[in-house]
Amino acid sequence: MSTQEVTKTRSRALIEGVRASSWQSRIAVALVVALLVILLEQAAKEPDQFVAQLIIGITNGAIIALIALGYTLVYGIIELINFAHGDNFMIGSFVGLTVLSGTFLGLEFFGAIGGEGGTFLNVLGVLLALVVAMVVCGLLNVGIERVAYKPLRNSPRLAVLITAIGMSFILQNLGLVWKGPAQVPFPELISDANILPGDSIVFRWKDLFIVGVTVPLLVGLSYFISNTKQGKAMRAVAQDKEAASMMGINVNRTISITFLLGGILAGASGVMYGLFNGITVFNVGFTQGLYAFTAAVLGGIGNLTGAVVGGFLIGIIGSMADQYIGVEWTAIVIFSVLILVLVFRPRGLLGDRSAVQGGGE
Amino acid sequence: MRRYWLPALLIVAAFVFPIVDEAFDTLLIYPVIIVAVYVMLALGLNIVVGFAGLLDLGFVAFYALGAYVVGWFASSQFYQVSFSFGTAASSLTGEPLQGIHISFWFLLILAGAFTALCGVIIGAPTLRLRGDYLAIVTLGFGEIIPRFFQNGDDLGGFNLTNGTIGIKAVDPPGFPFLPESLDAWKQFGTLDLHPWYYTILVMVLIAIYVNIRLRDSRLGRAWISVREDETAAAAMGINPVTTKLWAYALGAVFGGLAGAYYGSFIASIFPTSFSFNISILVLCMVVLGGMGNIYGVILGAIALQGLNFYLLPKINEWVHSIGDYLGSSLLSEADIPKYNFFLFGIILVLMMLLRPEGIIPNRQRAEELRGDDAGTGDAMGGAPRA
Repeated sequence: MSTQEVTKTRSRALIEGVRASSWQSRIAVALVVALLVILLEQAAKEPDQFVAQLIIGITNGAIIALIALGYTLVYGIIELINFAHGDNFMIGSFVGLTVLSGTFLGLEFFGAIGGEGGTFLNVLGVLLALVVAMVVCGLLNVGIERVAYKPLRNSPRLAVLITAIGMSFILQNLGLVWKGPAQVPFPELISDANILPGDSIVFRWKDLFIVGVTVPLLVGLSYFISNTKQGKAMRAVAQDKEAASMMGINVNRTISITFLLGGILAGASGVMYGLFNGITVFNVGFTQGLYAFTAAVLGGIGNLTGAVVGGFLIGIIGSMADQYIGVEWTAIVIFSVLILVLVFRPRGLLGDRSAVQGGGE
Repeated sequence: MRRYWLPALLIVAAFVFPIVDEAFDTLLIYPVIIVAVYVMLALGLNIVVGFAGLLDLGFVAFYALGAYVVGWFASSQFYQVSFSFGTAASSLTGEPLQGIHISFWFLLILAGAFTALCGVIIGAPTLRLRGDYLAIVTLGFGEIIPRFFQNGDDLGGFNLTNGTIGIKAVDPPGFPFLPESLDAWKQFGTLDLHPWYYTILVMVLIAIYVNIRLRDSRLGRAWISVREDETAAAAMGINPVTTKLWAYALGAVFGGLAGAYYGSFIASIFPTSFSFNISILVLCMVVLGGMGNIYGVILGAIALQGLNFYLLPKINEWVHSIGDYLGSSLLSEADIPKYNFFLFGIILVLMMLLRPEGIIPNRQRAEELRGDDAGTGDAMGGAPRA
């Protein structure tokens, strides 16, 4: 078969595909294309602004992607929308802040790291905050699963969802008690200065920090799930709990480890969010959590690659909406994306892995 | 006749309550009105969550829509036009009032119809979804609608909702045709709350009656069967989508009526009064009282609002006095009512863990929720989907 013939069959398949598609999806594709054209037209007018907005979107997207992974891991394994996950992220940012201020449980362990101590101390402080927040959030997530979700494993799905909402409120109020109702500032440890020479494209140290933390975490997670024994057990439990337990896999332990991983990622993103935006507040987890859930659904819930892709897409959609529609409309835009995806393509862009694998439904 | 004793007694007690309240000077009428508004909301949500088994996390949207209907059509919000119809509001100067002023009683009907329509519009494309996805979609709507009202002061230059400033000076209800001697009923005032109280009381009684009749109707049985096993119900000739849509629309009507009443009672409508917390608070009432049990839901609403208005300030005082006694500034300055949602979170978790059927359980729901092999049913208490 010559190359020409291959292209011919491909184009024919494409035409066939378009013919077979429903009006709903045709309209959806047309709308997305129209939006992209409008966006690109704006980009052509002021390319600098567009690129700056794109970078902001990618860094915000990285934070959202890390939270979305927590939703998608848990959903993939026990089909629960872990509503408390966003608030776990908030607790992560609070733990990070507490570590940086040097106090914990009312004890003064070391002086506050406020950015005056030089680069070495700053790096050390950031690393310490990240590690402590990751550990605390991971264990917290495991604890929540043990106390609140495990006894309900055979209950109707919505009963567990109501419990998760209850946990979310408990955590939120914990944050309210801990740091009060007002926004709390994070120390400026990472420079706002531009790395790249010149003023045309702004890529700050902060942006580098986000990328530099996210990429190793993603690589590590992917390695853990595809190459270790425990990761294999997780995939097996996600497919079929009963069969997995017959093969000698400890299902409860595997579920705990899934929650641990989700919590670790939420803790890291909480600290990153605080350092990147300079503030945190007790109810930040609600909106960020919903954005991340949107990202997980957009990519296809249960699908890890999907969560990352969805996270970056939601980050970019958010920053574009900030710039071209108005900050006050961003939440509405993202929630609309959530509803539209759930209504028209509940399996997400890359496919719902739990559905494909027959885990559950 | 025996089973009518207790309800009849309670209704009589409710009717004489303002007189007793006045006689003993307990000043409870204002909190009781707010509790009644929440009873109304809880009865509406009970249709959706309790009867039909659909988890709705955005019920506050209908509450907000009902309130804004009253805000739009009974205030000077649209000052460009001047239209009055049976309103209790009157202008001091004798000139026609600015804006649209329609009688509250018509607006109640309008609010109910409008929210029912919105319920159908929101429900129609989403009801095919799985139970937990549906919950998240309703949550999305519940977030979008108040935000829309917040940003709605400049929709292409048109001020629809007056943004965060909100719609103020909403007309009070009233019966303008009454003689001068019944002044309090001619135009409901802020000093004499009796007309307000009797209005919400009648609304709640109607809501209870409608709830009971719905539960025992053909539609009510259809809800139960769809909740338990959608496939089997469909095989028996029940259309699950229309059945669920009815639940959505009827639940929304009560949300809208409560919102309309609340809007004119408070007389100013702010988008921030319609937060996610209210959806959860109402859900808490339904879960605590017993999903699907009308009396349980009413009790849940009274208990939780009573906790909010009465018990939490009391506990606050106790903690302060203990703090003063011990000389601990942490205790004496603690603000306990701030943590009420902590309590609601705990109620949700504990109820689901220990007694998912609620304080006064609906027998059938209790069996569904307690079933050993409930599996991963979609609806609350749904059947296993093997």
